[in-house]
Amino acid sequence: MKTTIPKEELIYSGHLACQGCGATLAMRYTLKALGKNTVYTIPACCWSVIDGPFPYTSLQIPLFHTAFETAASMASGIQAGFAIRGKGDINVVAWAGDGGTVDIGIQALSGVVERGDNVLYICYDNEAYMNTGIQRSGSTPVGAWTTTTPPPHFKKVPKKDMVAIMVAHHIPYTATGNIAYPEDWIKKVNKAKEIVGPKYLQILASCPPGWKHSSEISIEVVRLATSTRKWPLYEVEHGKYNFTRTTKKFVPVSEFLKLQGRFRHLTEEEIDVIQLLVEEHWADLCAKAGIENQFADKLEEYTEKVKKNHPKWFHIEED
Amino acid sequence: MRKVITGNHAVSYAAKIARSEVVAAYPITPQTQVVEKISSFCADGEMDAIFIKVESEHSACAACIGASAAGARAFTATSSQGLALMHEMLHWAANARTPIVIANINRAMGPPWSIWTDQNDSLSQRDTGWIHYYCEGNQDVLDSIIQAFKVSETVSVPSLVVLDAFFLSHTSEPVDLPDQKLVDKFLPKYEAKWKLDPKEPHTYGGLTGPDRYYELRYNLQKDFLRVEKVMDKVHQEFKELFGREYGRVEPFMADDAEILLVVSGTISSTAKQAVVEAREAGLKLGSLKIRVFRPFPFDLVKKYLKGKKAIAVIDRNYSFGGEGIFYSEVKSAMYDDPHLPIYSYIAGLGGRDVAVKDILAIANLAKEGKCDHPTWWGVKL
Amino acid sequence: MAEKYEIKISGAKDMPPMAASLGKMLVNKTGSWRNIRPLVIPEKCNGCSLCWKFCPDFCINIDGDYPIINYDYCKGCGVCAHECPTGAIIMEEEIK
Repeated sequence: MKTTIPKEELIYSGHLACQGCGATLAMRYTLKALGKNTVYTIPACCWSVIDGPFPYTSLQIPLFHTAFETAASMASGIQAGFAIRGKGDINVVAWAGDGGTVDIGIQALSGVVERGDNVLYICYDNEAYMNTGIQRSGSTPVGAWTTTTPPPHFKKVPKKDMVAIMVAHHIPYTATGNIAYPEDWIKKVNKAKEIVGPKYLQILASCPPGWKHSSEISIEVVRLATSTRKWPLYEVEHGKYNFTRTTKKFVPVSEFLKLQGRFRHLTEEEIDVIQLLVEEHWADLCAKAGIENQFADKLEEYTEKVKKNHPKWFHIEED
Repeated sequence: MRKVITGNHAVSYAAKIARSEVVAAYPITPQTQVVEKISSFCADGEMDAIFIKVESEHSACAACIGASAAGARAFTATSSQGLALMHEMLHWAANARTPIVIANINRAMGPPWSIWTDQNDSLSQRDTGWIHYYCEGNQDVLDSIIQAFKVSETVSVPSLVVLDAFFLSHTSEPVDLPDQKLVDKFLPKYEAKWKLDPKEPHTYGGLTGPDRYYELRYNLQKDFLRVEKVMDKVHQEFKELFGREYGRVEPFMADDAEILLVVSGTISSTAKQAVVEAREAGLKLGSLKIRVFRPFPFDLVKKYLKGKKAIAVIDRNYSFGGEGIFYSEVKSAMYDDPHLPIYSYIAGLGGRDVAVKDILAIANLAKEGKCDHPTWWGVKL
Repeated sequence: MAEKYEIKISGAKDMPPMAASLGKMLVNKTGSWRNIRPLVIPEKCNGCSLCWKFCPDFCINIDGDYPIINYDYCKGCGVCAHECPTGAIIMEEEIK
């Protein structure tokens, strides 16, 4: 049968991921792009457990488990160790969850990128501390339930924009990805691995237990994140923005939200806030990419809607 | 070649001569000259190493572990708050069995801010599974770092080489820089048996249940017990190649001493002078320097303390709610000798000077059996 | 448990100095996790390979004309059946 992505697997079945795990697909696709000449370091996250217990492993490439905040700094040391021994061609990857990237790991990541170390940093983003039982992280989106943001205290502050933070560090290459679009992701990983310097990629990965949806819609749900433009697919090369996937069709973000139990408590006005955030982000990206915003009317529509009727916790400039 | 250099620069030269390949360091007083000199060695091409200018000490230790796991010889230097910040990763290095070497300038922990010498920073890390060397002089510092790499790489246990803030770090002494060819013979290129290698992939540090973790720790301690024999051999080899003798402890006029001081760091040096003066005044005083604190030299402490009239342990540290740390360990070593009086004297915390007269006074207290269990020598109440 | 992948460690002397992997997770037959199992209807398959592409346990073999599920590892997540555009995979109750 014909395939649109490389056929070889660099990962074994029998791993401990939940049914329908997005993080595992993220790993699988990434390894297909990187190939055997790769070394990973993984901090505390779902993948610390998915890989399996000593003395077994599910990865076919070397892996060094590391402490929570050290994915980036450990990778920095590993690549230096290889470089000084003439093995600088080995792909050195820091593979971390969102918690270990945007919260506890952000200092080390910032250091690596600022220094210009030759490390590929990949954040698989399931939008909460899933390994420890679904606690909120700096990457949890507005509106989401987690065990530490139970309604009415659901998360009301925005998700950290790591790509923007990376761009502010003048990173050579950064991009977003989605497990529902493996071809797009593999292209980006391939591009990143050819660059000498720091690279940051962030792939959205669904999580049935954490997002509260049944396992069989794992791909359908995360696909909607991109088709509703909540999680656009784009890349930034030396400050130059480029969409790798775009759309003209308006799919309301409610299509994405309604499939997940973690957004079940949201009122219509709260969903409108989320739609507004989607439009604002999209408009900002269009401006940066130098393309016309096909949804400018939606930005206007939702700005007016939310101004008229918004929850107290949402800040919007009154006229 | 002899050079008059500070303790800090002795550290830098040692890192260079030992052919460290990756140095990941963050500045902290009073260590900064260590990394500045290493930076200039790298910039001048004198040192073939990659210097990662990390953004914190926690990252420094992590990067050194990563470099070592990749198969390279890794080194860094730090002090007090920085060492404390590394704490989590010190455990990681030991348990991952990466033989990195860290030079620590003994500096008091804050608050309040203090930059002066005190052993609490390094001794707080005694349970992390590292070999500890406490240096007396700048030659000792340089030589210990070179030896530490050899011992560490033989047993796969990391080493902490400790030197006093300002008394060594910023004090110039004549130091012999050993011949590079001889050092290369003594300390060949690091060849890791277990490392990150795409040609032979392994996962390191995977989740381990109670059914296996226990044995991994048993194996770490088993290798710690090997350290003593390995060190004795390394010291012998070092003596043959470089002509300088080192031990896990250093006795000074200890054999026929009636009162024996147990000391470490630069206090050992001052104590030697005190011993000479005491002897001239008719007191049979001797000293035992503990150079290697981990693994604790129980065998040698038993050997040298046996039969003495009294022991005075001088601690430049304190385990609050407990005792002086060297004192606890010495007492533990002498458990089978319950009648031997062992007295605890705390001195010099936060960099307070411990002079010859202080040590003589302490020795006299011990001679008279006077101790407040412990005595905080010189405390102004 | 797939015996052929089992690594026997009797004690301290069999262990590497640190927790280094010696074997593959293929030892763990995750097929035992299933409550429902995918069933392939070969006549309906159009050879798109989407099932293989999206399987989080990579236990679908597409070397032939239609997918073959490796039931030793299939956790019964249902993604393959849901993503299949022609209904060539259906989920049915697991027979224990």
